Amino acid sequence: MRLHRLRGASLAALACAALAACATTGSNGSNGDEAASSGDSGRAALAPGLDAAANPDPFPSTYRGLPRQNMAIVGGVVFTGAGQRIENGVVIVTDGRVAAVGDASTPVPAGHQVVDARGRFVTPGIIDVHSHLGVYPSPGVQGMSDGNEATSPNTAQVWAEHSLWPQDPGFNAARAGGVTTLQILPGSANLFGGRGVTVRNVPSVTMQGMKMPGAPYGLKMACGENPSRVYGSRNQSPATGMGNMAGYRAAFIAAREYKAKWDKWREDGEGSPPTRNLQNETLAGVLDGSILVQNHCYRADEMAQMIDLAKEFGFRITAFHHAIEAYKLAPTLAREGICADMWTGWWGFKMEALDAVEANAALVDAPPNSCAVIHSDDAELTQRLNQEAAAALAAGRRMGMDIPEERAISWITLNPARSLGIADQTGSLEPGKRADVVIWSANPLSVYARADQVFIDGGLAFDRMNPAYQPLSDFELGQPGYGLAAANVPQGAR
Amino acid sequence: MRLRTLILAAAGAAAFALPAAAQQLTAITGGRVLTGTSVIENGTVVIRDGRVVSVGAGAAPSGATVIDARGKVVSPGFVAVDSGLGGSEISSVGDSDDLRNGANSISASFDVSYGLDPWSITLPVARLGGITRAVVVPNHPGGGGGGHAHDDSDFAGVGHGGLQSPSLFAGQAAIIHLAAGTDILVKPRVAMVAPFGEAGAGVAGGARGAQFVQFKETLAEVRLYARNKAAYDRAGLRDLSLSRADLEALIPVANGQMPLIVTVRRAADILQVLRLAREEGVKIILDGAEEGWLVASQIAAADVPVLLNPISNLPGSLETRAARMQNAAALDAAGVTIAIKGNEGSIHRARETRYNAGNAVSHGLPYEAAIEAITVNPARIFGMAGQFGELRPGAAADVVVWSGDPLEPLSIAERIWVNGEEQAPTSRQFLLRDRYAQGGEGAMPPAYGR
Repeated sequence: MRLHRLRGASLAALACAALAACATTGSNGSNGDEAASSGDSGRAALAPGLDAAANPDPFPSTYRGLPRQNMAIVGGVVFTGAGQRIENGVVIVTDGRVAAVGDASTPVPAGHQVVDARGRFVTPGIIDVHSHLGVYPSPGVQGMSDGNEATSPNTAQVWAEHSLWPQDPGFNAARAGGVTTLQILPGSANLFGGRGVTVRNVPSVTMQGMKMPGAPYGLKMACGENPSRVYGSRNQSPATGMGNMAGYRAAFIAAREYKAKWDKWREDGEGSPPTRNLQNETLAGVLDGSILVQNHCYRADEMAQMIDLAKEFGFRITAFHHAIEAYKLAPTLAREGICADMWTGWWGFKMEALDAVEANAALVDAPPNSCAVIHSDDAELTQRLNQEAAAALAAGRRMGMDIPEERAISWITLNPARSLGIADQTGSLEPGKRADVVIWSANPLSVYARADQVFIDGGLAFDRMNPAYQPLSDFELGQPGYGLAAANVPQGAR
Repeated sequence: MRLRTLILAAAGAAAFALPAAAQQLTAITGGRVLTGTSVIENGTVVIRDGRVVSVGAGAAPSGATVIDARGKVVSPGFVAVDSGLGGSEISSVGDSDDLRNGANSISASFDVSYGLDPWSITLPVARLGGITRAVVVPNHPGGGGGGHAHDDSDFAGVGHGGLQSPSLFAGQAAIIHLAAGTDILVKPRVAMVAPFGEAGAGVAGGARGAQFVQFKETLAEVRLYARNKAAYDRAGLRDLSLSRADLEALIPVANGQMPLIVTVRRAADILQVLRLAREEGVKIILDGAEEGWLVASQIAAADVPVLLNPISNLPGSLETRAARMQNAAALDAAGVTIAIKGNEGSIHRARETRYNAGNAVSHGLPYEAAIEAITVNPARIFGMAGQFGELRPGAAADVVVWSGDPLEPLSIAERIWVNGEEQAPTSRQFLLRDRYAQGGEGAMPPAYGR
């Protein structure tokens, strides 16, 4: 198949097909290998790097997974993440995947190691859709501050994965809090901050070793005070909310033109090929649906503007992040199929965070087809997303809402997976999914619960009782306090 | 801004607290009572005239209004330390922040008590988290008092950089209560605040060695001034580096009467500060102390209390590389008096103080010690032992009835008394919540809802 004969398929859709598991395109009619080797008939191939479709995955995942063992986790209370609670449940893990989940009568295959979870709780691995680990790592010193390319309001061309420092000790701390998957995003200084990357939370020397195979890219966009403050203070556009909107629209106009040029050239092969432009390439990926819009947007009125803007240019917004006022627009968000990614307790730190309510997640969760997500944006909070969900649940119950615990667990598991376009891969304990599993010492909605064991793709990634499974980053070696146990408490993690 | 709405909401809350009610004899019975230092099952807490009358296992006195707390937990109101409550409304709106002093000629004499706002919308929110008292501190690097950026737009990552004090001293703290009403000030000028470590070094030009020398020199000037006020007034004393107001404010620090809250993180810096305090005869309180567990025995031996956040476990800067979740447990085990802070300056997130205490428990701190760290210990540390933060006869009647264990996020504060006056269980956030409870898509716009 000759690449330039592919009608209507864009650059990024091809890139997605080559990744084998892009959730949003549904396009698998083209073969990435063929695409990569095409271009030799009819006319000379473009030089390496000039045609995105020739190498749609230039920084490919090398994630291998940790050593794993087939097992049956038995006797615990299982929250599936998909809304079920099973007393005395059984979770069967085979070849790194969930093979079966059920009650005590679920048969344990011969040869499976039995893990005793009596008196404990079992959940899917927690997913944090909004993290800056690695790009704003610890230590937070200037030389490591790599999260905001605050040099232009549109930096759609930058990719967070190129800033990600895998030695950030925060990854280990997050894992000890049960976090198995994170989306690492650029910051919010710009209208278009750049691409985020979804990672498996395993220790790795390289970014590529963490990168989740097949996960779609996200584009970080930001509404509101941050871009207008950053650029307005430089006497540059955007300086206002209307400047923000003009900036998004101008960028998508350019991206539409760019996409049309490539589409045409691929179709008829006439004339010179367009010049590759990384900024427009990412936006074109949004337009064809292969790149998910992850939109930092606090206020309800601004969310409504963004929904209309997306319709103007023909793309979808996957999630509003820091959606402080999502509760004011909960039915609309559910109808539009947009996730709201929220805190419970943060508020009041700026005007657009003034109207926060603790019951935000509970209210957003109420309409049918909703997608309520609890997120962190913070290296400390990411360690306790279960408690943040508990506080949101309590706030909902306080106002008389009848919300079961298993529902609240979906706010930190299955719904965030939907928010990242990876719900077919992880986020719940359902047959066929990756065996990302946490065994908790107590109900995870309790402040006293600790993650005892954390499995990623069925491999033991953390064990609170076993120092052999308590990884330290290179940075942590030999630092003050290294190797010392504080208060004779099993350290688990720092 | 819907200022009018805010004022109405605050006025409504104030109307709930009837002064007459405070005179009544009230007995809270049947609950699990955490006094602050002990636990009484099926206990009875009797309050009258704004104070606790008795705490025990007995029956309610005749004539008392009985509050049935069976199945509930009863605790003293919690005390937020290193807080900005009442002093800063919206962190990024500088004009609403009265904790950040940039004046060059006013440093140690800066007094936060003048800028406190009893109508702050932050107070009912904190109160619903069980907070009934706060030690309000001037803004200082790495500590409380607001001014923190929450999302990533300040480009600072997880570090604690940013704000610099204009001088060695950030100013003086005040104690407030959180009852609705017009007067929340309990006591002004209860402590002086001074940043050390990287932040203190920054004030002195970048190096710790310069800051310590400058600090000692300043105390020497204060003492010189204190001995020679008459000469100073007739210009018969050599030039001093501080203003007269600052010199005056530092006299009680120099003579060991007013405690000095020292923001310090690194273990090495803690040791230096302990030595400085000993040499200068200054009474100090450590604030932060992320690496405190490495020198816990030295802190205990110096009998110096610590204000800490037990969830600070990452090396946000190079002076917190030994930060650990077990810090609170280790310091407590060594015999140090600790108080547990809320998050991010303990203003908007002061309500998370109780969760922080719970997380300290899950990392080795005994439960009773965690309760002490948010009740009696703050009172002790700031010289108010027995006056609040404890359910015992004579203490202020700050009482909270909880649906369950107060350290659990799933528990809620159902009823709250401050100084014996019951507080309306609401906040501006609850008004917003209720306005949109049905989805906000009714025939009439939500604005018609109160």
